[in-house]
Amino acid sequence: MKELTYVRAADAAEAVAAVSADEHATFLGGGTNLVDHLKLGIATPTTLVDVSRLATDEVGPADGPSGPVLRIGAGVRNSDLAAHPLVRSRWPAVARALLAGASGQIRHQATTGGNLLQRTRCVYFQDVTTPCNKREPGSGCSALEGYGRYNALLGASEDCVAVHPSDLAVALVAVDAVVVVLGPDGERRVPVADLHRLPGSHPERDTVLAHGELVTAVELPMTDLTRRSTYVKTRDRASYAFALVSVAVAVELAEDGTLADLRIAWGGVAHKPWRAEAAEALLRGRVPDEELVRQAVDAELGDARPGPDNAYKVAMLRGATALALRDVTAPLAEGASA
Amino acid sequence: MDTTVRLTVDGTEHDVLVDTRTTLLDALRERVGATAPKKGCDHGQCGSCTVLLDGRRHLTCLALAVAHDGAEVVTADGLADGDDLHPVQQAFLDHEGYQCGYCTPGQVCSVVGMLREAEDGDASHVTEDLETEPDLSDEEIRERMSGNLCRCGAYAGILAATRQAAGQQGSEQGATA
Repeated sequence: MKELTYVRAADAAEAVAAVSADEHATFLGGGTNLVDHLKLGIATPTTLVDVSRLATDEVGPADGPSGPVLRIGAGVRNSDLAAHPLVRSRWPAVARALLAGASGQIRHQATTGGNLLQRTRCVYFQDVTTPCNKREPGSGCSALEGYGRYNALLGASEDCVAVHPSDLAVALVAVDAVVVVLGPDGERRVPVADLHRLPGSHPERDTVLAHGELVTAVELPMTDLTRRSTYVKTRDRASYAFALVSVAVAVELAEDGTLADLRIAWGGVAHKPWRAEAAEALLRGRVPDEELVRQAVDAELGDARPGPDNAYKVAMLRGATALALRDVTAPLAEGASA
Repeated sequence: MDTTVRLTVDGTEHDVLVDTRTTLLDALRERVGATAPKKGCDHGQCGSCTVLLDGRRHLTCLALAVAHDGAEVVTADGLADGDDLHPVQQAFLDHEGYQCGYCTPGQVCSVVGMLREAEDGDASHVTEDLETEPDLSDEEIRERMSGNLCRCGAYAGILAATRQAAGQQGSEQGATA
């Protein structure tokens, strides 16, 4: 690990100023991903600006620019957010996605903001002895012709086929969450659906954030749509592994059992959480039986061309999407309407 | 860049000079001399470095010591009261929840932390209803302990020990699955 200067910022503005002023500086939050990358030589900052003690660990109702929201400070620990009574009752997809991620220990350490900014677990990105355009722009993509089991199905480029690893981000896309970002010129809001980028010819850039921009909060709009929501994750072992594919859904059911409205987001299939709008369009106003869900998934996949190693993800997506929709369209339990 | 951090470890305060790059695990083992937390994978994948940090179970290999100035750390050593073992430690003995024992300090700390979380009513990935208090079934214990790996495969004993520590009478059948 290279020598590091450590700075503890007093507030968010000071942290933003410190990182903006130094192109080799980076924010340190919970550190679960960054400290690992420092050890592996994947990240080589010369200055760490610690934002883990800023007063950004509150969760509570607030007034957003477009109406009432649940405001989640970027420093809120994943375990605390998953345990929050309002999140459990009104945004079950968010609670379930958090609980599906990592281990009990890591959820105490990882933060809301950091979770969204974690980097891909593509095996070549993690191995500094191999070429990787995401780690070292212009060096090539080892995953194109190499071990392809984890590769993206959608939105990949000639330069990168890696997928985004966050569970939380997928659920946040399905509940229309927005991140609050502080930069040198002030605050801006970015829908989580627009936060992460497709790789194109710049896979080294995971998000639309500029250097020095700090996520300070996440806002969840207070809508009825999210009460019937869930998160389904498939992985190589029962627990403590990244998603092969995952599905977050939120639905509004009409009295006749049709889907009055819905949101579907997929994880494990692209460089970003994938909002499945073509699938939603096919399902809106209909009763989601298995055949229809299959058609919807296939419509979303369009002309995606899975390789021999990752073709299994297509079948897995059909199954996981059907399972998620079955769960949220089942009658709610007695007393669960609070 | 060297910095002094204050760590309270198993009840004793230590002012420790560390390089910025020093992990909390290395500070504990190499500077404080607290060798209960073990260095297994050193990448957050095995749980053998688990301690209770400010009351919650926490990995020390993915934490920089400098970022945890002022922290209160309880290792598996600090759980006992003199010669009187903590109930979780005793349960591990009673049910032989270890073979080589390398992962045991982390397992023990993780069980202590996990039982507190369950007492607080926290749900897990396998909890069916997020809005009711979960029972610590064998399935719940397995899921909640999934961040601690044991290469010897002493899971059956660890499960039985955890069940005992939780004051439960679980099914013996579950212990072998």
